[in-house]
Amino acid sequence: MKFLINPSKFNEVADYIFKPVLILSIVFFAIGLLFSFYLSPDDYQQGSTVRIMYVHVPSAWLGLLTYAIMTLYSILALAFRIPFGFIFNTAVTPIGAVFTLICIISGSLWGRPMWGTWWVWDARLTSVAILFIIYLIIIFMNLSFENRIVREKVVAIFILVGSVNLPIVKFSVDWWNTLHQPATISKLSKPNIDPSMMTPLIIMTFAFILIGIAIAILRIKTEIISRKSYLS
Amino acid sequence: MSLRFQRLLFILLTLVIILSAVLLILYNTRENVSYFYTPSEIDKSDIIINKIIRIGGFVENNSFNKISSSSFKFKITDEKASILVTFKGILPDLFREGQGAVIEGAFVDKNIFSATNVFAKHDENYMPASIKEDLKDTGYWNKKYK
Repeated sequence: MKFLINPSKFNEVADYIFKPVLILSIVFFAIGLLFSFYLSPDDYQQGSTVRIMYVHVPSAWLGLLTYAIMTLYSILALAFRIPFGFIFNTAVTPIGAVFTLICIISGSLWGRPMWGTWWVWDARLTSVAILFIIYLIIIFMNLSFENRIVREKVVAIFILVGSVNLPIVKFSVDWWNTLHQPATISKLSKPNIDPSMMTPLIIMTFAFILIGIAIAILRIKTEIISRKSYLS
Repeated sequence: MSLRFQRLLFILLTLVIILSAVLLILYNTRENVSYFYTPSEIDKSDIIINKIIRIGGFVENNSFNKISSSSFKFKITDEKASILVTFKGILPDLFREGQGAVIEGAFVDKNIFSATNVFAKHDENYMPASIKEDLKDTGYWNKKYK
């Protein structure tokens, strides 16, 4: 597992898996979209609108997951002095931001017909908006320092501080009254979703994960190269 | 204790302290963080007339009355208390009896809540439309599903 913390090992593995991952993500998207649009049933309450879920939920998960991984890499970079953590975080921040933005836009499009509003300031929607703003701040911080060594550390600390928002996003629907529904799929109980609707959701989640990995590989490789030229 | 372990401990400790600070703030402001009050949370003696608030619960069964094409009267309940609501405007598609709803508006007197906005709330259950018919036919339809 050295390739997860070592730039040259990462490059070796990345060259090996990039094409398979990209092709696999296209295959999963093709099957997933086919299921989402044609092979899954209408919901008993929401009708066809429920199909927005197959984009909304995976992008929400991935927006949170990306941040969680960035938090781990910040700890690796700061406590264990693994510089690959800084490289990784610089590269994947925009990916997490885009997933969160997709989540917010698709959720808004879903809210209009179902709730009767594009947006409300309830705890879930607000905390996700804050997550998106945190991503934007990290991107801007990455663009705004003269000294790379200082920038990396400041950004890593900011990522750690921002990570307190993750449990708030996750549990906001349980802790407070929100317009947003509580979690459908939780570890402790049987999911409240029919298998025929769970299938496209899982396929689409894998498609999102794979495309995320593919873009991350490209961006991390670029970041590694740009640092080499910076040093020489 | 190695240096990297000290740094790890320092980071984790800092995170725990920041998280507890944020959670304490949120816990003590939970009335403002919550998007709506449920009917049983509203104390009849504490009602402030014409103050805009949101209430949420289920639309009580057999309480929906259409006064005119865009004027409605219904009750919002959480099975412990219920509130009479009047509303002029367009209701969302998902709005129906037994369905969750969040109502924005103000009390015009102690018993009548005049709504300016009505949002439908859906729950975490997803099920194909065809299964609902099967369940109803066989009598296994759970009232809880609405």
